[in-house]
Amino acid sequence: MRKWLSKNMIRIYAGFALLYIFIPVAYTIVFSFNITKKRNINWQGFTFDNWLNPCDADGICAALGNSLRIGFISTSISTILGTMIAFAIGRHAFKGRSSVNLLIFLPMATPEIVLGASLLAMFLNFGINPGFWPTVIAHVMFCISFVVVTVKARIAGLDPKLEEAARDLYANEFETFRRITFPLVLPGIAAAALLSFALSFDDFIITNFNSGTVSTFPKFVWVSATRGVPPQANVVGSVMFLGALLIVIAGQLVNRKRVR
Amino acid sequence: MADEVSKFVQGDLKLVNLTKQFGDFTAVDDLTLTIPRGSFFALLGPSGCGKTTTLRMIAGLEEPTSGSISIGDKNITDLKSYSRPVNTVFQNYALFPHLSIFENVAFGLRRRGIKDVNETVMKALELVELGHLKDRKPAQLSGGQQQRIAVARAIVNRPAVLLLDEPLGALDLKLRRQMQIELKWIQTEVGITFIHVTHDQEEAMTMADTIAVMNNGKIEQLGSPSELYENPKTIFVANFLGQSNFLQGTVESEANGETTIVAHGIKFTMPTARNNASTSSVKIGVRPEKFRIHDVGSELPGNLLAGGVVTDISFVGVSTQYMVEMPWKQEIMVFEQNDGGAPNIKKGDPVSLTWEPRFTFALDGE
Repeated sequence: MRKWLSKNMIRIYAGFALLYIFIPVAYTIVFSFNITKKRNINWQGFTFDNWLNPCDADGICAALGNSLRIGFISTSISTILGTMIAFAIGRHAFKGRSSVNLLIFLPMATPEIVLGASLLAMFLNFGINPGFWPTVIAHVMFCISFVVVTVKARIAGLDPKLEEAARDLYANEFETFRRITFPLVLPGIAAAALLSFALSFDDFIITNFNSGTVSTFPKFVWVSATRGVPPQANVVGSVMFLGALLIVIAGQLVNRKRVR
Repeated sequence: MADEVSKFVQGDLKLVNLTKQFGDFTAVDDLTLTIPRGSFFALLGPSGCGKTTTLRMIAGLEEPTSGSISIGDKNITDLKSYSRPVNTVFQNYALFPHLSIFENVAFGLRRRGIKDVNETVMKALELVELGHLKDRKPAQLSGGQQQRIAVARAIVNRPAVLLLDEPLGALDLKLRRQMQIELKWIQTEVGITFIHVTHDQEEAMTMADTIAVMNNGKIEQLGSPSELYENPKTIFVANFLGQSNFLQGTVESEANGETTIVAHGIKFTMPTARNNASTSSVKIGVRPEKFRIHDVGSELPGNLLAGGVVTDISFVGVSTQYMVEMPWKQEIMVFEQNDGGAPNIKKGDPVSLTWEPRFTFALDGE
């Protein structure tokens, strides 16, 4: 028994850790199939209705649409800008490089509640009313830092000898970037894009300050929580989780193929 | 771009007054060197001697501070690395991890706009006997296989000059020996000028036609492996290629092509042609394997060192290594073949050493 325990201790421990992480997720998925009258707290019975009519909860699909739109736009902008900053910091020596390196961390370290409040104050000072675009601008701002950090790590791990080899083999600067540097940094950029989409989609605090009357999915859940979260919110949550899972699995498969 | 590369005249590689400074540090110091077309040339030296910097300047990966580089009549000093008819086999191979072996080898051809690469690439892969691995990724190959792909990727472009930057450093000893022979064979096969940078003197001597020994950014001596070994011109070369024993002495007389030198009160003779010293104070050098070790009283003719005592014996298979202490407390290293020719000698035995005068070389003394 003792021997068995010492042999399998790590597995048991890992099992508990995973259980701890996944119980809330499982709860979300299970309760997306619940028959709900008012509150989605007690199990009433199994149904596909919520999955077949996800827009039945009032305003959920409009909120989701806004979240997706804000997510896609701010992810695109922050990924492009952040990747360019990462290349500048990672590959070029310029005056003030170390201060840029430091400053880029600041938005990550600042409490969101402070960022959200000061952004709102700033927008109002400039005479811009809270709404869709101020939210996008705010999201781009905090996503850029994460993109820079992620892509920079990938660039730092890239052997400069590979680019030298490409130049040695008749590839000019542009071709070297296109054929060697970019494809090798691409997994880092993809990871950064996913991360910033998740951050944007998930954000409540900064969004709540700057979106005005525009509803987003986190705002919808927050508001409906006082009356009872509709099971359709669980459906959206489950779909997001499964989507993320799918992307991770696909990434693993692609990686395995790359090596093979 | 294809025409741009192929219109180069093939020819000797000439470095003229080539200098590279990094801040205050001079890595390569006024180097002038001609490497004949089609030769296997080695740049040999300790780390930091400037050999790799020289190589990178030829490849166009480093810009010279001054001086020029040309191939044949064409000055390539200011050309970008991708416009030079020069390819490199990098130290850790630098194979592109996201491309297949075939695409790695085809990379240079494709960048030069060559459409039909299949036959050329397969020929190069067959040359290194790895055609069957063309669809693999670099990470799936062993170190030795990656090394060969790196060679194939470079020579497939038929450059005027192929640069090898310590290409065998990451391989184990057995594989390294095998690759030395293989690289030498490939060089003869394709007839491209090979410039091989290494700190391994044995590797340089096995492979190269000509070796330039570098130290502190300058060439100490240039010559064939046997010239460098048998008649080194500086103490650095004498110690970097193999081992040497030195006796401090003074030139006494020169006559009939023979020089007589007195060291520690003993007279030695040597051919005047092998005296590389510019002063009358000289260091006479003898390689350990040139000595014969004798029981006292059974000496043969030649230069004689008497009164030694064996302080250490180590058996190394093909030979035995003796340390012999002279009356003036200097230790002399002696290698004897284990062919039954040497007497049975034990630690602490008194011995005499002899050697043939023609094996002696002399360098500037203190």
